[in-house]
Amino acid sequence: METLVEHKSLRTRRIYAMPGQPGSIVSVKAKYENFIGGRWIKPSMGHYMDDLSPVNGRRITKVPRSTMEDVELALDAAHEDKDAWAETSLADRAMVLNRIADAIELNLEMLSVAETYESGKPVRETLNQDIPLAADHFRYFAGATRTLEGSITEIDRDTVSYHFHEPVGVVAQIIPFNFPILLAAWKIAPALAAGNCTIVKPSSSTPWSILKLMELIQDIVPPGVVNVITGPGPEIGRALASNRRVAKVAFTGKTVTGKLIMQYTAENLIPSTTELGGKSPNIFFEDVMSKDDEFREKAIEGLVLYAFNKGEVSTCPSRALIQESVYHEFMDLALDKIRRIKEGNPFDTSTQVGPQASEQQLEKVMAYVDIGKQEGAKLLIGGHRAKVAESIKDGYYFEPTVFEGDNRMRIFQEEIFGPVLSVTTFKDEADAVRIANDSAFGLGAGVWTRDSMRAYRIGRAIKAGRVWINNYHIYPAGPAFSGYRISGIGGENHKMMLDQYTQTKNLLISYNSKPMGLF
Amino acid sequence: MTGERVTATPEAREAIQRLKREVGPIMFYQPGGCFDGSLPICFKLVEFIIGENDIFLGKVDGTPVYIDSRQYEEWKNTQLVLDVAPGESVGFSIAAGDNLHFVTKSNFMKADFVIR
Repeated sequence: METLVEHKSLRTRRIYAMPGQPGSIVSVKAKYENFIGGRWIKPSMGHYMDDLSPVNGRRITKVPRSTMEDVELALDAAHEDKDAWAETSLADRAMVLNRIADAIELNLEMLSVAETYESGKPVRETLNQDIPLAADHFRYFAGATRTLEGSITEIDRDTVSYHFHEPVGVVAQIIPFNFPILLAAWKIAPALAAGNCTIVKPSSSTPWSILKLMELIQDIVPPGVVNVITGPGPEIGRALASNRRVAKVAFTGKTVTGKLIMQYTAENLIPSTTELGGKSPNIFFEDVMSKDDEFREKAIEGLVLYAFNKGEVSTCPSRALIQESVYHEFMDLALDKIRRIKEGNPFDTSTQVGPQASEQQLEKVMAYVDIGKQEGAKLLIGGHRAKVAESIKDGYYFEPTVFEGDNRMRIFQEEIFGPVLSVTTFKDEADAVRIANDSAFGLGAGVWTRDSMRAYRIGRAIKAGRVWINNYHIYPAGPAFSGYRISGIGGENHKMMLDQYTQTKNLLISYNSKPMGLF
Repeated sequence: MTGERVTATPEAREAIQRLKREVGPIMFYQPGGCFDGSLPICFKLVEFIIGENDIFLGKVDGTPVYIDSRQYEEWKNTQLVLDVAPGESVGFSIAAGDNLHFVTKSNFMKADFVIR
């Protein structure tokens, strides 16, 4: 995989100690509190919930099971500090964002190991993708802050129109379980860059790692600018999204919840961004097989990327479309690579696939494998819980799985969110585009070919917000990330998010003292 | 199993009865696979606005179950069975009980059960 930074651990194998164990670089307290107004505040009702690690199914720690009262406390804190933050100079705002990035980079290994413990993703991914990208995201928006400009139009000689981009105030940001720190960065960075205060609600299955991040930045970010409250989605997510003191809601999660969020925000007439699901096609043309070279190897890895983050990615390339003329030889090579995937202890830098994020996710993956079989899809590899070391046997490990079938099957149309690939063939370009677009979703897509003109044609024809050509799963800050169709309404990663976190104010000024003369 | 489009296990029925007493009337919405995917969402009855593109599948002990019409196309041949499983509820769905969440099991129905 192409990476922005290659961490040294990929060159020398290392097995990190599990957090809380002797020798670990991550400390874990028995209990955490909400982070409100720059301080650690106990939940009003005094209730806590367990945060389990998918690595071994055991408790990491306890976090607040917050209630409406805690949402109000966080809103009080954010509203108290929002004017001061909005009036902070662009240079100082950018400095805060850059210092957050510095803190993340200085603690790269610690945060990576914590994120692995929280989410089960292999540490080779957190060290090379999640955490460096999170830091870079803050840097990108630190830069974007400095470019914030309004506009002036000379309507006529004496009439001038000014546009200002004012912060919207206090925003609510709801983060999913699949990238607890990186997707929090995707949301927090533009909100702060635009001068807003935020209340962040992490997923109830991954609430802890972001609290570790808050410990690192609590003295960097002014009080009240970033607040984190943990708790169940039905209560906290709802209480936030429907609260009249919230000026905008940003959500990443499933399509139906996105719909619910938009219902709440419609009620309060406030904007929302919703980054929802996908069932992304990954298209391989016959010419990838025309040479036995580095590019062919890259394309095969491109197919195997469905197992990146154990398939828990909204852009997971979970439908592979392979030109029928090379189907068998291509799949033989791909299956050989899949067979050699190393699954197990995610703290080992040589491990490529870790456990699913929660027991619920594992159940769902197993249910879909069952559905695939019932629909008559052919199981090519995997399909079972993975055998792992005794010490982690209670974790949620599932084998990388591949089905061959038809695009109308449910396993081709529904987002499984696990290491399950559905493969089918196509005849020619038109057939490839037809199958690729035969989906309710439209988030990501991949096109693999040595013919750059074909790549362009197909890339333009696919209805998806992001089409990767001859690469996949690369998420640099800058290129916009947003869905077509039921994949949501967004534009994250690009400075256009600053527009979504600001209100346009117009001053229309006359510098002429003469009356209009109408009355 | 009968030819009903939606049914429930005794454990799910028990949870539904308890929620009706504790939170009032509820409903289920079956989304397509996405994030927590095939898990059904349990809402308070008036919480989620049912629109033109949602399809009524049936009732379980008086509690209505809806499905997205796109999903309905995919699931025409499937009978939904509501059940409960251990683990916290995810997303915005109301929990089925202490450390319990609702799940959907799919029974592929024989052709004569399909309601068109």
